Amino acid sequence: MALSVSDVGGLEVETAAARRPAARARRFIRRQPTFVVGLVVLLLILASGVLAPLWWTGDPQQMRPVQRLQPPSSARWFGSDHFGRDVYTRTLYGGRVSLMVGAAVAVLSLTLGTTLGLVIGFYRGLDAVMMRVMDGLMAIPAILLALALMAMLRGSVRNVVIALVIPEIPRVIRLVRASVLSLREHTMVEAARALGVRTPRILLRYVLPALVAPLVVQATYICASAILFEAYLSFLGAGTPPHIPSWGNIMAEGKTYVQLAFWIILFPGLFLALTVLAINLVGDGLRDLLNVRG
Amino acid sequence: MFAEILRRLLATIPVMGVVAIAVFALLHVTPGDPAVIIAGDYATNDDIARIRARLGLDQPFHVQVGIWVSRIVRGDLGTSIFSGLPVSTLIGQRAATTIWLTLFAMLISVGVGVPVGVLAAWRKGSWVDRAVMVFAVSGFSMPTFWLGFILVYVFAINIGWLPVQGYQPMASGAWTFLRHLILPAVTLSVVYMALIARMTRASMLGVLDEDYVRTAFAKGLAPRNVLIRHALKNASLPVVTIIGIGFALLIGGAVVTESVFALPGLGRLTVDAIVRRDYPVIQGVLLVVSGVYVLINLVIDVLYVVLDPRIRY
Repeated sequence: MALSVSDVGGLEVETAAARRPAARARRFIRRQPTFVVGLVVLLLILASGVLAPLWWTGDPQQMRPVQRLQPPSSARWFGSDHFGRDVYTRTLYGGRVSLMVGAAVAVLSLTLGTTLGLVIGFYRGLDAVMMRVMDGLMAIPAILLALALMAMLRGSVRNVVIALVIPEIPRVIRLVRASVLSLREHTMVEAARALGVRTPRILLRYVLPALVAPLVVQATYICASAILFEAYLSFLGAGTPPHIPSWGNIMAEGKTYVQLAFWIILFPGLFLALTVLAINLVGDGLRDLLNVRG
Repeated sequence: MFAEILRRLLATIPVMGVVAIAVFALLHVTPGDPAVIIAGDYATNDDIARIRARLGLDQPFHVQVGIWVSRIVRGDLGTSIFSGLPVSTLIGQRAATTIWLTLFAMLISVGVGVPVGVLAAWRKGSWVDRAVMVFAVSGFSMPTFWLGFILVYVFAINIGWLPVQGYQPMASGAWTFLRHLILPAVTLSVVYMALIARMTRASMLGVLDEDYVRTAFAKGLAPRNVLIRHALKNASLPVVTIIGIGFALLIGGAVVTESVFALPGLGRLTVDAIVRRDYPVIQGVLLVVSGVYVLINLVIDVLYVVLDPRIRY
């Protein structure tokens, strides 16, 4: 990034102009342009999904057989699919599933993974065995593991979340464990030990706070990959059931009509790609802002 | 060195053991009888009983695990419920397509990703660097199957240069074979390429600050020689690592890519098996793919010891 005069030594910080919120916002945008772009796009997509009924949409399931496979027009912005359903409406509603799955997978895998990682990292006896187990679990490619899990579970949004959380947990455990191992030898932990502080309290008071920044960054990456994987599973017919529109299964249904009605695939995919990109940009920005290495 | 290699080889045994048990335990991930789920909604009691006996589900759990592990050790992956053929035969029939697809994708990714990453690091902060970073983050965020459809729409449907889908074996001529693989391989390579470009750039940036690189530039060597012979050589270890770890990504992408382009590979085999709940096939593919992953990473670990004598485990 180009270094401007005002950046040198933070000299500008105390000037009156910099204290005005607008000027500070401008400075922030100049320093983290991709983070800001990512955040704005992400908020727009969130708003389009959460407030889908307010954005001139109709009923996502309403079929109009007469208007099958209509190209995009002023009446149907993204065209219509093989049942005459409005692709624009379905794309906005489809975002709800994707965003929900992404958030749920990130929160659940972090909570479970952090708890397990803290315990495994702190007890030496457990560590050696558990890390071999984690190596084994991580040798199975995540998407294949999720597919195999979906074969045994019934297709529902809840089960998609479960199938995506399970492959993610060993990866979180590994991250947490690595930090715990280095923190365990830290002077503050030794001091707390010497004072007679018990292990659970050490984990909560001294180890966990140091993990917050890397975990927040990790959460964004998990969220992005979960959204992609939900789409993969649904596209392959092993994810969100067909009666709930999601970006993946809208595209799966459009697959047969790729030569006749490319818009059925184009628009949901565009939303999907933009969402994942926006979340990754926010993740990269947070990593820089919070000073997380990696 | 041989003792080192042997130790790495032995270390893969517990890992594969965990994989084997995890893949087996998948059957029992839902509460209730796996035989009922596999048999499907329209099965009779007889069907369920047959599947239960066939998969050994009527035995106690620890006996089932024992039988499963001893069968794998002997190389027996079981038989498909749907087709009645041995799983190893089914995998053998489909493996070639997936191997070619992933091989081409890997070649494209490394062939483009590494030079682009080197260039970005060398010209850090320039528009080249920025363009590479934009490509890296958007490539990494790209939904593989969507990109596949876009490429099909542009190059196959609109311009008509390449076939829309399908697979032709090598026997039908090298050009026909290649023509059918170009779009799938490019589609699959993008995510991996982005990852490699980003890693190469980061690793090169660390090395370009070193004194010996400055010395090499100062004594008037051509930039190309400095970058490739001095810098890249020393920056290559993390790149090699990411090539190994990213292989899982490549296999995952192959499943989706094969579905877009109707290629008869392992991915299609898996997806078909999942629709039919043909569990022995699913387990077999998971085992084989995970085994290959462990093997590739073992080879890379061994390469480390060979490439860099300082590394000792």
